[in-house]
Order: sequence, then C-alpha cells, then structure tokens
Amino acid sequence: MPQLSTPARAILAIVMLLAATPAAPAADIRLGWLATGSGDEGLDGLKLAVADDNASGRFLGQAYTLEPVILPPGGDAVAGLKQLADKAIRFVVADLPAADLIRAADAAAATGLVLIDAGAADDSLREGECRRNLLHTRPSRAMLADGLAQVLVRKSWKSWLLVVGPEPADRLYAAAIRRAAAKFGARIVAERPWTYTRDAQRTAEGESVALTQGVSYDVVVVADEAGAFGDSMVFNTWEPRPVAGTQGLTASAWSPVHDQWGATQVQNRFRAQAGRAMTERDFAAWAAGRAVGEAAMRGRTSDPARIEAAMRGSDFTLAVFKGRAASFRPWDGQLRQPILVGWARAVVAVAPQEGFLHPFTDLDTLGSDQGEKKCAARQ
Amino acid sequence: MRRAAVMMVAMLAAGGVRAQTAYVSNEKDDTISVIDVKSMTVTQTVKVGRRPRGITLTPDFKQLYICASDSDTIQVMDLATLKIVHDLPSGEDPEQFTLHPDGRRLYVANENNNVVTVIDTQTRRVIGQVDVGIEPEGMAVSPDGKVAVNTSETTNMVHWFDADKLTLLDNTLVGSRPRFALFDKEGRTLWVTAEVGGTVHVIDAATHKERQTISFAIPGIPKDKIQPVGLRLSNDGKLAFVALGPANHVAVIDTASLKVVKYLLVGRRVWHLALTPDGSRLLATNGVSGDVSVIDTERMEVLKSIPVGRYPWGVAIRP
Repeated sequence: MPQLSTPARAILAIVMLLAATPAAPAADIRLGWLATGSGDEGLDGLKLAVADDNASGRFLGQAYTLEPVILPPGGDAVAGLKQLADKAIRFVVADLPAADLIRAADAAAATGLVLIDAGAADDSLREGECRRNLLHTRPSRAMLADGLAQVLVRKSWKSWLLVVGPEPADRLYAAAIRRAAAKFGARIVAERPWTYTRDAQRTAEGESVALTQGVSYDVVVVADEAGAFGDSMVFNTWEPRPVAGTQGLTASAWSPVHDQWGATQVQNRFRAQAGRAMTERDFAAWAAGRAVGEAAMRGRTSDPARIEAAMRGSDFTLAVFKGRAASFRPWDGQLRQPILVGWARAVVAVAPQEGFLHPFTDLDTLGSDQGEKKCAARQ
Repeated sequence: MRRAAVMMVAMLAAGGVRAQTAYVSNEKDDTISVIDVKSMTVTQTVKVGRRPRGITLTPDFKQLYICASDSDTIQVMDLATLKIVHDLPSGEDPEQFTLHPDGRRLYVANENNNVVTVIDTQTRRVIGQVDVGIEPEGMAVSPDGKVAVNTSETTNMVHWFDADKLTLLDNTLVGSRPRFALFDKEGRTLWVTAEVGGTVHVIDAATHKERQTISFAIPGIPKDKIQPVGLRLSNDGKLAFVALGPANHVAVIDTASLKVVKYLLVGRRVWHLALTPDGSRLLATNGVSGDVSVIDTERMEVLKSIPVGRYPWGVAIRP
C-alpha cells in the first residue's frame, strides 16, 4: 500500500479523533496512541484502560481522553507523533517497530513527551538503544526467555535443542534464549536453522521430524516469531519431547485463559468492550494507560510532569492481575511484572519461579538487571 | 514424649473453648465445610452453588448467606438442616456482602458490573443499587446503620454512601486493590486492607480522612508478596488481625499504637479471618494449601491447621 499523502493522513487522523474522543472537559488527561498498520489489537487495550481510568477518575474530577493516530504501513512515525504533540498530548502509547520508536523518541526528546512502548519486545530498546523518554509495558524478549527458562530449569528440563527461523526477529528471540540458558544453567546441546525451500517434496510436518533427530535433549526450543513452523513441531518431534519457545509452551505478558488474581474481571471487561479475547499486546497497552491513570490519581494531578515523575517514582505500583505489583525499572524504563508460562488452553506456571533469588526483588531475575548497566542513557 | 506434651497443651487449650461451629466456603469445590471449633475437626461438607466466596451469618445464627459468585446468586442455608432453603437476588457476580445492623438489609458488592446491590432479605427484593468504582469488593455498614462503605479494587477507593438513601457521600483514595473494610465497634474508625499496595488504612469515620497507613515487613519475604486481605478486630477492640495473603502470615496489630506486634505463620495464601464469638480463637482460611489455621488469641499461637476443600475463601462462626 502506498504511503498516504499528508492531507489524507491528517483526514484519517481527524476521523479517528472524532470517532474516539468525547468532548474534553477542562482538567483532562490526554493519552495518545501511535501505531502502524490496521487492526484494533493494542488499541482496544488502551481504550479499556481509558474507560477504567474514567470510571475511577470521575470520583476525583479527572477525565481521560484518547487520541489515536494510526499510520499506514511504512508511515512516518515522527510525523504521527507530531500530530499528537501538537494537541499538547504528553503521554503516547506506541506499537511501533523498534527503529521507528527510536526515531520518534529522539524527535520528542526535548518536548517532555513520554512514549510508552506497548509493542516492541526488542532488548536493544532496553539496552544499547535505550532512550530516557521511553517506557516499556510489553516485556522484553529477555524477560520472556528468562521466564520460560526458569520454568524449564525448575523442572530439570535443562538440555535444549534450539531451532531458529530465518527472520531477524527469530534471531533476536534465539539470542534471548541463549542468554537465558547461560543465566539459569540450561544447556543448548544443538542449534539448527529452519530453512524453507520451495522443494515440493518437503513439508513443515516432515521437516520437524528430520530436524529433531540425531541428538539427545529434554526440550525443543523454537524461535519462530512469525509462526512459520513452530506449531507443526508440537507433537511432531523424532523423540517424544515437549516443544517450548515461541510455540508450544510459551512465555507471555498475558493470556486469554489467565484467570488468577482477579484477572477474570479484566478479561470480562475487555471481552464486553472489544468482543474478543485480550491478547498480550492489548494487555501491554492497557497497562500503559492504567499506569498514567494510576499515577495521576495517586498524585491527584493532571500536570503531565508530575504524572511522569509519579510513574517513574520508586514507590509507584500498578495492579496488573498477576499476583505481584508491577512498577517501572529506573535503569531501563521496563515495567517489571510476572511472566505467564503456558499454552493456548492453560497457564501452567508463573515466573519468577520459587528459588530464583535476587537481592532486591525476584521480579528482577527476569530481563536485564540494574547491575548489567546496559542502558547508557540512564547511567 | 514431646508429642504427648503438645497434645496435652492442645487439649488444655481446647478445654477452654465452648462448642462453636465454623463454616468455610471452598471456592473451587463449591462446598461449605462445617468445623467443630472445640475438637478442631470438619464434621460435614455440604455442596452449594458455584464458586462460593463471601459468607455471613444472620444475627440469630439460624441461617448462613452464601455468595455463589458463578451462579450469580446468594444462597440462604438453614443451619439446622444444612439445606439451601432459598436464593436471594444478588445482581451479577456477588463476591462480598454485609448485613445491615437491622438484620434485614443486605449490601452486596457485584464485582463484574461496578455496582453495590441492596437486598431486602425478607421480601427477597432488590431495594436499590449504587454506582461505585471498578470491581467493587469490600463492604461494611457503620454500627449505627447510617453509612455504608464499599471498596473498589481497580479504582482503589473507599466509597461512602448513605445506607438509607443510597446516595454517594464521599470517596477516599487508599492503597492499590482494596479488598476488605471493617468498622470498629464504636463506628469511629474504618479499617481497610489494600492487597497490592501491601497496606492497611486506618480511616476516621467522621471525616473520611486517613489517620494512618500501616505497612508490614517480614524477614525473608519480598515486600510485594505481603498482600493484606482479611481483617478482624478483637472483641475488646485492642487488637487487629490481618491476613497477609501469599506472605503466609497473619499480622497482629496493637490498635492503640497502630504497630504490628506479631506475625503468625499460617498456611499458604491466607485469605479471610473470623473470630469465635467468645473471642478465644481466630480462624484463617488458607487458599492455596486448602486448610484453615486455628489461632489461640490469648497465647498468640497457631494450634492446628484443619484440611478443608480446595481454595477455602470465607469463614463465619456461630456459638
């Protein structure tokens, strides 16, 4: 699809604003949504957060509004962000590819605008390419891999066969898995690339069996973010072994079947509003919108600078229906939170698992830790 | 030898307790466990509606009201026969409730649709509803019957409303995920637990302003695993007992100094509490370990844990 001309984009944005924004009262708190492509995933989560914020904020005289800007594929994230900034929006929840997110964050560096990343799991955004005006509610790949690794290691399924897809994202996921294995004492006994060829005699089903032969392991860990082959590997290995990683037993921030710690209530609210189940992206956007609301309500303020300070404060906590309070890590802006580990029909474990100790909080056994000092912008 | 001594102590301790009966709702089993407090044993297990959570006794101790959350109803159990005699209209997903001092009006928190429903238990009709914050949970009515409060878990507030007119009076912001509210006997102070905040809030009932926030610290337990839920005040009002959820402890607070004086180790994910009418025993439901801890309130010791059903939630005790 060709990139829309600027007027067309502006019209698109205005239409969306009209659709989503009620009349703004005086003391309001405005949230923006900036994403690429179509679809309501993520945006529906943020809509629920704004509804939740309003349901609570009305008792304090606060009103929350949402202004979405949805870019066409390949659209200019900086221009999209400017549209929101021009409306004096200081909190923008984003679901953008890492490169776009960094360009947007850099463009907004001097404006005091805070970008909350609810889409990109890239570790680089929390480490080498981190930015001071970026917060992350979506767990990083390292957090997900660490959560999965804790569950596998605790079961003593410590020897892994790693099968890696061809996409750049697959390589990033595989890197997080390697790091988690080293961190928690698992061993990658062999690593095999998944290569797709146009040979008509080869099928994903057949490849799985062939790829999992000739080596002894406890678990096959697949790195297949696009879903090209991982699903067909489940129940389809040479030896009877479980599959984990991006398919099979997976780690995630949220699951439609998660029902512990009051999650049923938020799942029901989401389903009533969106008419579908709440996904990980919806959850990350919901958490971003709620974090702003929580900080504004705790501080009884609509002043963006004070809201931001409260959100980043060491005593800030957010209830996220996962049994532990979430909060932002000062060293990389990542929301520390429990990770759910399970499959399509059940959450079977929650990380951090018992026994993985940490001097401050075991939630920081997941992902990049303070002592690693990987985010130079925040040192 | 030591075991014999322990048993004797236990027997002596039990000797001072009158016959009292405890009822425990088992959330995952859809049952009520009946416990003889004196012998500390389960005498009967009764099947009830789906996902029973909050339970409360009528003032005459003849009936037990049960929030059967997934059946969207409140069941009324006759305690002489242990049979469900009828249902009350409850609104959707009732979780906790409280009886007005008049013994007639029941105030129910409907977790799924952000309202409190008030039911006349005699006519079995809904009298009215009050809009509150998201995920209403804790319910309490002041001893003089004039003011009712509700806590909303995601809005993080105490909503104060006129118990008769059902009009909202005020809102007090408290810690994250407030779960339970209780007035002291004089109606001067409201106690509220905040599960995710990890705090107990002591609020002046006249001004609706917080007097003090109480925090907890247990060596070896991460702070965010200390999640206060159930709370009870001793009959003389001098002590407050707080169930700390996955911290697996009950905190004992001196209500004069508002300081924690002791932590008692109980079962896993301790949820709600009830005192025996004579005040000598405190029962605590442990959700994950599926048992009830019996605490001697004079010695401040845990005497026994009684296995019940899966995910015990609420507890109520009659003479």
